[in-house]
Amino acid sequence: MKLVIINYGAGNIKSIQFTFKRLGFDAKLTSDPKVIKAADKVIFPGVGEASSAMYMLKKSGLDTLIPKLTQPVLGICLGMQLMCNTTEEGNTKGLGIFDVDVKRFSNDVKVPQMGWNTIKHLKSDLFKGINEGEYMYLVHSYYAENCNQAISTSDYELEYASALENENFYGVQFHPEKSSVAGEQLLKNFIEL
Amino acid sequence: MLTKRIIPCLDIKNGRTVKGVNFVDLRDAGDPVELAKQYAKLGADELVFLDISATQERRKTMHDMVLKVAEYVNIPFTVGGGISSVEDVDDLLHCGADKVSINSSAVKRPELINELSKKFGSQCVVVAIDAKEINGEWFVHLAGGTIPTELKLFDWALEVEQRGAGEILFTSMNHDGTKSGFADKALATLSNLVNIPIIASGGAGNVQHFVDTFQKGKADAALAASVFHFGEIQILDLKRELRANNIEVRL
Repeated sequence: MKLVIINYGAGNIKSIQFTFKRLGFDAKLTSDPKVIKAADKVIFPGVGEASSAMYMLKKSGLDTLIPKLTQPVLGICLGMQLMCNTTEEGNTKGLGIFDVDVKRFSNDVKVPQMGWNTIKHLKSDLFKGINEGEYMYLVHSYYAENCNQAISTSDYELEYASALENENFYGVQFHPEKSSVAGEQLLKNFIEL
Repeated sequence: MLTKRIIPCLDIKNGRTVKGVNFVDLRDAGDPVELAKQYAKLGADELVFLDISATQERRKTMHDMVLKVAEYVNIPFTVGGGISSVEDVDDLLHCGADKVSINSSAVKRPELINELSKKFGSQCVVVAIDAKEINGEWFVHLAGGTIPTELKLFDWALEVEQRGAGEILFTSMNHDGTKSGFADKALATLSNLVNIPIIASGGAGNVQHFVDTFQKGKADAALAASVFHFGEIQILDLKRELRANNIEVRL
């Protein structure tokens, strides 16, 4: 099992690596296109700001590589958002892997949403062994709209897509690496896809 | 629905937990990693580590601890104490911390908040505010509440939000250590004033205090130390009681 975490300078990726280590897998951090292409499974993380993250991706050519990958790819948090069509954050054009736009929560609610929220309408092997209404840890100011590629939704101000799937591409808005036992189960499921 | 968070706070000195900790089934109660693992298992939603050591080696000791916590603990954690530069934060995030908390350094140089939120995102910038009510007005205090400033709590809260803080950790010096409840009136004002989450701190003594701080204080999270460390309140019992009071929690 060759598992890689794409390293393009996006925040705390140590936690993802440690979670895989607890699960018994060695996840390699890399920005090398050859290593990424050759991997069995690819994690596309991200924390921070969308336009600067996209700038980093473009600088390293990863913006053209990622959409062409054929193995299972899991985008986490900002990683998921960058895989969508566009995001309102910095008016950024995304990778267009998920056919949905990313918007900002309004100021009718506290922004960012920070903490544990439930996930529902689960429909993917990614959620094998995970119950409807399970809690996941989220920190975000922007959300992907609910759409037909949603494989889970959550409620905060409105019902939005908290996970997405399109062919070999998966994305989760929450942080499985910080979501206790349920999050570990999800990452295990991803490995076993 | 988004749930209210329960956050145990661990004081760290030279890489060890201080303030007596009274956990029955713990091999080493002074080991922050052991304690953190235990709290994660017992239902804590997040953890805060506050470094109060003042040695030359504090940075390295803290980095080692953060690395170990990140390796073994599967819930988010915040690290605070002595953080005053972008480099400090960069190091801690690279060791696996999810958020950092800044306090005096933000008052001394408010631009630090802008720099951090721009570089790392607001989501990892917690601004801790220690304040004391004096003749009906809340004033910000520094250095663990020992040095008073002219700065008013609500003005400062608005400023830190505007500069890009992702969360405010508000400790009332009037309530801290009294076990007589959180500063719910000030918390409610704060929570209505700013549009970022507020963590209530200082004053937890019993379960009702937590119910009050979520209902009357409109807090998004509540932080406590000794009531958890000494087993006076079990997190699971607390959460069941909160749920019985129609407060959403992760159970």
